[in-house]
Amino acid sequence: MEEELVLEVQNVSCGYRDGGVFSRGEVQEVLHDVSFNVRRGEIMGLVGESGTGKSTLAKLILGMVKPTSGKVINYSRRPQMIFQDPFSSLNPAFTVKRIMEEPLKIQGVKNRQEREDRVMEMLRLVELPEECLRAKPYELSGGQRQRVSIAVALIQKPKFIIADEPVSALDVTIQAQILKLLKKLRRELDLSFLFISHDLNVVYQLCDRVIVMKDGQIVERGDVERIYDNPQHEYTKQLLAAVE
Amino acid sequence: MKKRNWYLIFGSVLAGIVAAFIVMGFIWTPYDPTEMMTGPKFDAPSLEHIMGTDNFGRDIFSRILQGAGSTALIALSTVLIGAAAGIFVGAVTGYFGGIVDEALMRFNDALTAFPSVLVALVVVGVLGGGKYNVILALGIVFIPSFARVSRTAFAALRNVNYVKSVRLMGANPARIICMHILPNTMSVLLPAITIGFNNAVLAEASMSYLGIGVKPPDASLGYMLSEAQGMLSLAPWYALWTGGVIVVMIFAVGLIGEGLQRRGKEGL
Repeated sequence: MEEELVLEVQNVSCGYRDGGVFSRGEVQEVLHDVSFNVRRGEIMGLVGESGTGKSTLAKLILGMVKPTSGKVINYSRRPQMIFQDPFSSLNPAFTVKRIMEEPLKIQGVKNRQEREDRVMEMLRLVELPEECLRAKPYELSGGQRQRVSIAVALIQKPKFIIADEPVSALDVTIQAQILKLLKKLRRELDLSFLFISHDLNVVYQLCDRVIVMKDGQIVERGDVERIYDNPQHEYTKQLLAAVE
Repeated sequence: MKKRNWYLIFGSVLAGIVAAFIVMGFIWTPYDPTEMMTGPKFDAPSLEHIMGTDNFGRDIFSRILQGAGSTALIALSTVLIGAAAGIFVGAVTGYFGGIVDEALMRFNDALTAFPSVLVALVVVGVLGGGKYNVILALGIVFIPSFARVSRTAFAALRNVNYVKSVRLMGANPARIICMHILPNTMSVLLPAITIGFNNAVLAEASMSYLGIGVKPPDASLGYMLSEAQGMLSLAPWYALWTGGVIVVMIFAVGLIGEGLQRRGKEGL
């Protein structure tokens, strides 16, 4: 069966060089020969402890960083990103309405009524009350802020979203609500996700397939049930043991 | 209930009073500021001349009204030139970084290394004196400090998530700099602008005092201060009034600056 892919990452390696203008430092390899793909409509989990290159991988996919070798193929137009800390991802000087309208303005939606309609539609989709529109980000709770940043990503009608630890800054109850929302959105909007997390419980609740990374390499991959029931790699076993 | 920002309130009220007098000076003064022999020479403050008269019998109150006006105008224009150019340079270098940043900031360092009055002196020496050249000279002198402050502010915000996020939306750098970063640097830049205004008042005063600033018949507070020095024993009030007005002006704007800084620290 030919599956429809939204993302293909082929043998990507990536390194940073430290040092300034006049000095050339050592090349630090952050990612080594990473390959995977994301199918349409699926939530792919990406697990690994901090410093394994998860965020670098996200930047690569978004084109903020260039790979030193290999290539990234985005089949969806303009993937979007949901950040970990919902406070720093919203401009503190703007109201929620302004923040949500901004992507539309950048895309050149000139009609004010059309913009407002889209904003209202998104607001309903992420289940936020209308009062939030006039609020500044610091007046909202963490969960509400994360809903706003999800709405900002969605208003651009992406097919593929990278969520970089979107719930790890939130309380457990709020986490559950946001996860529920993400599942609902996937169903209703036919979205695909790359869900980056260090929390295996969250990944288990949400994802279809998982890749496990350690030191810039993929050490294990597979369906989420298989990984949980029968982990092969030592590192995955350690991660699972740490959860229980 | 939010704590009241008394610095901002007092500063604004005081600056408002000063501004009201300055505006009045543009429209109406009790006597023509340049007319001589409106009363006896070196007349002490009285009902006819509430601040007394100088060596030509000119009314000091009228002169101060006009002088404060031109000093404020020079300071304001200076700060506008310095801030506009400085913020532009700082925004570009801070946001883009790299080689351009290094080169421009080293040039900036070199410019800062000269005492500001010396740089102004060179500009005035080349272009000649007078009100507008003083504005230009001081404006150039003020660019480096604004560039430095805004560079730091822009560099700090260039990679925060909300900037990354609009970059992902495909916004161009001009839009990101002007609409997304600039409003968030105001808590740093506004106090810098008020401090800059005060420095400009002092710089204008010292330049005019040294005789390289405004030229008669224009009057400015610095020029009048140097005039007053010559008649300190005969009309001590002249120096006192003039100096006092400079102090009040700086105090008012300084309070506003302090107030803005505190408001910025409280996080909006």
